[in-house]
Amino acid sequence: MGDAGVVRALRRNAGFLYVLPALAFVGFFVIWPLIQLVQISLTDTSLLGGGKYVGFENYSKAFEDKAFWRALWFTARYTVFITPVLMGLGFALALLTSANRPLQQITRGIIFLPVVIGIGSSSLLWFWLFDQQVGLFNKILVDIGILSEPAVWFTKVDMALIAVIISITWKVIGFGMLLFVAGIQSINGEIGEAALIDGGNYWQRVWYIILPLSLRVILLTTLISVIGSMLAFEQFYIMTGGNPRGQTFTSVYWIYQNSFISFKLGYGAALSIILTIIILVFSSLQVILSNRSPSQ
Amino acid sequence: MTALAEGGARTRAAEHVSRAAGESRPVRYLVGAVCVFICVLMLSPIVLSFVASIKSPDEARASPPTYLPHSFSLESYIKVFEFQAGLWTYVSNSLLVATLTIVICLGLAVPAGYGLARFRMPFKEAWFIILLAPLMIPYQALLVPLYLTFSKVGLANSHLGLAMVHVILQLPFSIYLMRNSFESIPRELEEAAKVDGSNSFQTLRSIFLPLAMPAIVTVALFAFIASWNEFLSALIFMNKETSFTVPVMLVSVRSGKFGAVDWGSLQAGVILSILPCVLIYLLLQKYYVAGFLNGAVK
Repeated sequence: MGDAGVVRALRRNAGFLYVLPALAFVGFFVIWPLIQLVQISLTDTSLLGGGKYVGFENYSKAFEDKAFWRALWFTARYTVFITPVLMGLGFALALLTSANRPLQQITRGIIFLPVVIGIGSSSLLWFWLFDQQVGLFNKILVDIGILSEPAVWFTKVDMALIAVIISITWKVIGFGMLLFVAGIQSINGEIGEAALIDGGNYWQRVWYIILPLSLRVILLTTLISVIGSMLAFEQFYIMTGGNPRGQTFTSVYWIYQNSFISFKLGYGAALSIILTIIILVFSSLQVILSNRSPSQ
Repeated sequence: MTALAEGGARTRAAEHVSRAAGESRPVRYLVGAVCVFICVLMLSPIVLSFVASIKSPDEARASPPTYLPHSFSLESYIKVFEFQAGLWTYVSNSLLVATLTIVICLGLAVPAGYGLARFRMPFKEAWFIILLAPLMIPYQALLVPLYLTFSKVGLANSHLGLAMVHVILQLPFSIYLMRNSFESIPRELEEAAKVDGSNSFQTLRSIFLPLAMPAIVTVALFAFIASWNEFLSALIFMNKETSFTVPVMLVSVRSGKFGAVDWGSLQAGVILSILPCVLIYLLLQKYYVAGFLNGAVK
């Protein structure tokens, strides 16, 4: 092949050459690590060395690890409690602010604002608000008569869970809301006038038209939200530190704890694989759902 | 805030709805009041945090706390500026990682989006799916193998290494956005360039890049915010005091020197850390919201 041949070959594959760097990146930084993850999970690798092949020992250890099950269970509980709050409240806020009047638009902008700030910063902010001594959230609750004295939020599992759910709801409620607003507005554009002619009051229209037609957006947003909650880490790392007595470790937190605090990388890798499989169930649902849909 | 309306909004239709709702004046006032109440509720944590950050340190740790400051002091900010290696060290770490993330993300996503949008190639959709695959695999699970590899090749504790992890997070969204953007550019423009004898790279530079600017800005914006805020991998990979990024630094501000939390400094740190994101959001809301609606529910 002469020079001209090389040039022609390059021309013919130009498209692929543009895609190649990104493919190489995904290969090196996602697919290769994933293969390594499987390998590491079959060894007793630790941060201090090791690396002997141990078969499925880490996996059988995981199944007997009460703390791991507790972390999985706690994460599931967190997800089950927070998801309806985020979806229900998000949809209500979307109904409230979907009209394009200035006040509604400003409200939407303000509700969305915490979405762009870091979860580390927001968790530290709420950690302070919830503090028994100096926390203003406690003071407000006492001053308006909901509490008789400042509560200690992070020493009981249920209280800690409620506190984290409040802080995360504040942080991410705008995410679902904005997606719902976009959904509602596209429905109103298409169906609004027909519904107008049919009459019916506002709540009937919400129930019979807006809600059924938003179902796909609601489902997709629910899946995104569930996946996010199943991978929760920062809010618990910062606000509860896994306490009391390790009862608020989430799955990711427990993996972090094993891998990078106890140095058991092999074991951490096995736990990571289990978590990845659980997440894959939800993310494949998400992919199926978004492919089957008419594009927005 | 008008940009938020542009997410597929139709003002006329929305007006219809409110009229159809039989929205009488009292209802409108009620809706307005609820909106104002929610705005106050949503803003209050940030406002309270800001107020706490400008109290004197003594007042900031007073129990019970005060709503309005009785004192004004920038001492908490000064303490954060002088925290350990100095705030500037951590801010410049964060900025460097974010800049690298933006550059690498664009360097990969712009050509990939161009290739996918404008060329015929075998297995195109298969490549596209592989490029979106990181969406399905939680990056949290990849941190163990990445950590081991990075330690071997000297990318642990390095800005470049952390940026690579942040690129993993942002790449699928970025490629998706760039592909859509390049696909929406009319063919005629490309053909005109071909007639002029430009090769595909020249066409990309002279025709496509200027027209794809909004998408490029959106990709950069999201990459910045994701990288600036990312916590877990920064915590794992940047384990030397001087290589901390801002979010990791904040946690050590909380730990304080002698175990007692310096609440004033903590809030000053929180305010400083959210400032860039809030400013970007307020200034570039149009890009942010458009990108968000394009990418979140594909």
